[in-house]
Amino acid sequence: MVDVFFTSTGNNQVVYMAIVGSFPFNSFLSGVLSCIGTAVLAVCLRIQVNKENKEFKDLPPERAFADFVLCNLVLHLVIMNFLG
Amino acid sequence: MTPKFLHMIHTPSFGLPVAQTRKFLPLTPPSLPGMAKVIGFLVLALSALICEAAIFKPISDSHRSAALELFTPAHGSFSSLEETYEALRTIEVLGIKKQPDQKDATCVLVMETLSSPSSALKDLFQALRINGLLDCELNKKAIAGIAPRLQDAVRSASSLLDYYYSVGSLVLIKGLTSDVDVHLESADSVVRGIKALSQSDGRWRYSSNDRESSTYAAGIALESLAGVISLASSEIDQSLIGMVKNDISKLLDGLEKYDDGAYYFDEKLVDAHGHQGPLSASSAVVRGITAFAAVSAENLNLPGDKILGLARFLLGVGVPGNAKDLYYQIEALASLENNRVSIPLILSLPTSVLSLTRKDQLKVNVNTVFGAAAPSLTVKLKQIFSSGSKDASVIDQDLKFDHKNAVHYLDALPKDIDVGSYIFTFEIVLHDSEHTMIYATGGRTKVPIYVTGVIKVDNAEISVLDSDLGNVETRKKLDLAGENSISLSANHLQKLRLSFELTSPLGHALKPHQAFLKLTHESKVEHIFVVGNSGKQFKTILDFLGLVEKFFYLSGRYDIQLTVGDAVMENSFLQPLGSVELDLPEPPEKAARPPPQAVDTSSRFGPKEEIVHIFRAPEKRPPTNLSYAFLALVLLPFFGFLFGLLRLRANLKNFPTASAPATSAILFHLAIAAVLSLYLLFWLKLNLFTTLKALGFFGIFLLFVGHRTLSYLASTSAKLKSA
Repeated sequence: MVDVFFTSTGNNQVVYMAIVGSFPFNSFLSGVLSCIGTAVLAVCLRIQVNKENKEFKDLPPERAFADFVLCNLVLHLVIMNFLG
Repeated sequence: MTPKFLHMIHTPSFGLPVAQTRKFLPLTPPSLPGMAKVIGFLVLALSALICEAAIFKPISDSHRSAALELFTPAHGSFSSLEETYEALRTIEVLGIKKQPDQKDATCVLVMETLSSPSSALKDLFQALRINGLLDCELNKKAIAGIAPRLQDAVRSASSLLDYYYSVGSLVLIKGLTSDVDVHLESADSVVRGIKALSQSDGRWRYSSNDRESSTYAAGIALESLAGVISLASSEIDQSLIGMVKNDISKLLDGLEKYDDGAYYFDEKLVDAHGHQGPLSASSAVVRGITAFAAVSAENLNLPGDKILGLARFLLGVGVPGNAKDLYYQIEALASLENNRVSIPLILSLPTSVLSLTRKDQLKVNVNTVFGAAAPSLTVKLKQIFSSGSKDASVIDQDLKFDHKNAVHYLDALPKDIDVGSYIFTFEIVLHDSEHTMIYATGGRTKVPIYVTGVIKVDNAEISVLDSDLGNVETRKKLDLAGENSISLSANHLQKLRLSFELTSPLGHALKPHQAFLKLTHESKVEHIFVVGNSGKQFKTILDFLGLVEKFFYLSGRYDIQLTVGDAVMENSFLQPLGSVELDLPEPPEKAARPPPQAVDTSSRFGPKEEIVHIFRAPEKRPPTNLSYAFLALVLLPFFGFLFGLLRLRANLKNFPTASAPATSAILFHLAIAAVLSLYLLFWLKLNLFTTLKALGFFGIFLLFVGHRTLSYLASTSAKLKSA
């Protein structure tokens, strides 16, 4: 669900760029990459918390969530820096 | 060469009073290296010539008008008695009618000064002097009261000025009335008192305390001594007179000399009596010597050339610019004019420029310094020096005397005198041998004379030659006396030749100060060439092949201008000849650029050209509506997300309910929100460093509360599992 939301937002931005041109190119890039990055991180989180995945059996979901939050914060710091 | 410069070269010859041109400065020629040297040398030579000999003119009306201007009191009256005397005396000597309205006011002042018992010696002296000029009706009693006071002052005097004022006043009273006894009983001791202040070089000190001696003081001392002699009741000791005579001759030995025969006393002393320059010092000595000569029975044997030299110096000053100097000049000249031993006779010329073409006569005036007629005499022309050569031609010719105009003249100049500058040497021979004792003629007088004439210019032609063979391509005759407008064309393989001949009135060659050919391009770039000569023939050949670089490869029309000028050439000219169309090759890459032309001075301070700045054109932006539409589209998935959450029945049941974990959970979420807001602020206004500092703080806090929250959640889930 979350993945769908982020990827569709990213898609919309790509379409917008395709229509109006790539003038604030860094803004476009950061917008799209933040969507994709968050989506990827969300997928990772879901993989880790899914009980059917045996490889992450020893990893508590709370630890996975902490990783998710940290990675998101780092990602968005970079995104904000790049946004201009 | 510009016409202005040509004119400057001419200036010395055309009727300038040459005595004034003694301070003639060498011109700074414009920037034309080779030529500048030649011209600078010529000018220097010319000024050196003037220094050697000069014409001194007697006092004239210009002095009178200057005196009226300088001696007009600013606020109706003069500031001091001394100034009043100097003004009245100068005006009297120059023979200017006095203004009667000043007389009454001045006489009142004189009376006040003379009747006041507290008047200073100096004021008494000045008041008596003014009275001598104005003839005020004085109170006899007052004068009789002053005389003993003055006599006491003479006896007790210790400084030179005390002697000068008291003795001078007594002399004036003696001239005023015979009723008052002004005779000095002990004249010898007074003379000794004054003499005690004299120095071994003939100069005087103002008082015995003074270390420095002064020439001005010597003049004052001599005048005082003359006064004492005239006041003496008995004969003065002859040995004392002899000593003073000796002093005078020593003083005259200290005279400085100018090259033109003017003598002056240099005064370097600056003291409490103010600065006395050469003019005041020379003036004081002249007055002193003439006063002493007037009362001394003995012949002083004054050297005539030095007296004449002093007169020349005083006249050579011209018209002084301030009242004091004018008084010194006129007063000294008056005492020279009226003395009885050595009256200088001044030889002057109405004009020192003689035209050969107009057949001007050489005229000489001989006058006294104030322009009075001289006794009968003959002026002889002894020698003529040519400026170019050192040897002189000896003439020894008497000038004829025109009684009607009181001028000595020479019928015709000697046959071999051509245009040029010369120095004529004259000698004055007095007819009456007795006059030689009274008048100072000073031997030979050197006078600079410029002989000018119309110079014949002929055979002028300009032609274009082929470079290799020298064949004449085009030849045009020029009429340099009239207008010319030739038009030629040439390329860089050809030459331009200009030639003409200059012949002086006597058929000699003349090398003028200036003979220049100027080519001016359309773009105002100028090139100047000196036209050289061999004898009468003047010729210049411009080989364009060698000149292309100097011409900056500028093809096109060049205007030709020819300048021929000299101080003695009456028909100096500067005229355009026409133009030449030059076809020069294309400039190579490294060719020098023509120099920028001199900026017009009026535009130098005008408004500057506006500076236009072009900003970068902004990037093309999409239409606003389209952007809003996509904003909505971008936000749409978010609402989809919320809708999805509702559909999935997402809830907050897992949120801790106990107070401590709940607080940390809330703080955890708040910290995340804070970090995200910080990111927003970083995007909007903060820089990276402040952001990272704040982020470090929030990060540690977040780590702490996050750990508390998540470990609590983990423990609860572990309990659930185990349960």
